[in-house]
Amino acid sequence: MSQDKRHVIAKRIAQELENGQVVNLGVGIPTLVASYLDEKEVYLQTENGLLGMGPSPSEDELDIDLINAGKEPVTYLRGASFFNSADSFALIRGGHVDVAVLGTLQVDVYGEIANWAVPNQPILGVGGAMDLVAGAKKVIVAATLFTKDGESKLVPQLTYKTSGIKRVDLFVSDYAVFTFPPDGVKVVEMLEDVTIEELSEKVGFPLEYLNPHLQTSSR
Amino acid sequence: MSKIVEACGIRQLFKSGDQILAGGFGLSGTPLTIIDELLETDIWDLTIVSNNLGDNGQGLHKLFMQGKIKKAIGSFFSINREAVIAWTKGELDIELLPQGTLAEAIRCGGAGIGGFYTKTAVGTELAQGKEERIIDGERYIFEKAIKGDVAIVRAAKADRLGNLVYHTTARNFNPMMATAGKIVIAEVDEIVEVGALDPEYIVTPHAYVDYVIQSKYVKSGREYVESR
Repeated sequence: MSQDKRHVIAKRIAQELENGQVVNLGVGIPTLVASYLDEKEVYLQTENGLLGMGPSPSEDELDIDLINAGKEPVTYLRGASFFNSADSFALIRGGHVDVAVLGTLQVDVYGEIANWAVPNQPILGVGGAMDLVAGAKKVIVAATLFTKDGESKLVPQLTYKTSGIKRVDLFVSDYAVFTFPPDGVKVVEMLEDVTIEELSEKVGFPLEYLNPHLQTSSR
Repeated sequence: MSKIVEACGIRQLFKSGDQILAGGFGLSGTPLTIIDELLETDIWDLTIVSNNLGDNGQGLHKLFMQGKIKKAIGSFFSINREAVIAWTKGELDIELLPQGTLAEAIRCGGAGIGGFYTKTAVGTELAQGKEERIIDGERYIFEKAIKGDVAIVRAAKADRLGNLVYHTTARNFNPMMATAGKIVIAEVDEIVEVGALDPEYIVTPHAYVDYVIQSKYVKSGREYVESR
């Protein structure tokens, strides 16, 4: 079931990507996006120094030096390039990555995210999360809308530590796709068979559609 | 002048309290042989600058378990359970930096630049205590350059002058670190004659490199194993 939700999210995010884009996929659900790209020609960047990342290798192709940011073995495609970490983050920070797809722990109603530190646990890893949030041209976050304990990850205010002041463009969850105009979160579309009222109740605050026309329509 | 030395010959290049820049992302591009040599020395209280502290019980993890590391500066230590516990107990000092900030700070260190302003981490816990400045209407924080007493790097090939070429994503932090140590030691899979490397493809020019050793590790499936 939860596996299905993850794939629903990944598939929806794949629709957002366009031919010719340079895309960075984070670990977790974002990694699954790669399997829904079909004929789309996007160039995957991994921040440890590769543009043009390919799928997992067969046992014959396996080269343990060649890994992605999640430290999993990968391959490279025709037209790929390798570069050092400083150049890789120049690509990210300098705004040369079109889309970053990241996992997240929380998103506030203005699109600020917390995706690196869980409270009351030792915080010893940040990786490239903050660089990607600050630097990518467009940031899409991918997560199930509720935690295992049923708490909404879409929140009025972050209670986890922020990943930066830059707001994300889109939050694709298993229930709905959210966007973040200056006046706060709006629902772009539902991915689950619920009304906006039902979803508002679940997250604990009122939600609106981006397109008011959808507001009045039924499921 | 040849820079090629025996692996055990590098032990004398380190001293207690050194700040060591260590290349690698996970274990990819990690100078495993040099780290093994460090295990044989009587030096302590090291500050290690590296993305992570080894993996799978290998690399810098061994050095940490031996109690040689006083402080670690890097971006991702969560996967090292023992390090997390030591930090919780106050036995290990950790300075966490975003990965791109870490890379750029080392690049600056090697390039004679004192530091830089970045948008990364503005407004976060990792910006605490750092100078903030508005540039063209946007908020930036100042990050200081990082240098090392010794830099230990891993490359695919070196010629006898110390020119280096790398292999796939094992490049990672190595080229910057090779510019930012007072002493730079490279561990390589293969040592070739001068002229054998195409100048167009040399990533680290020999001017940066002081010593070269032959790696004792080879790849075997999903692991790095000692070959001799």
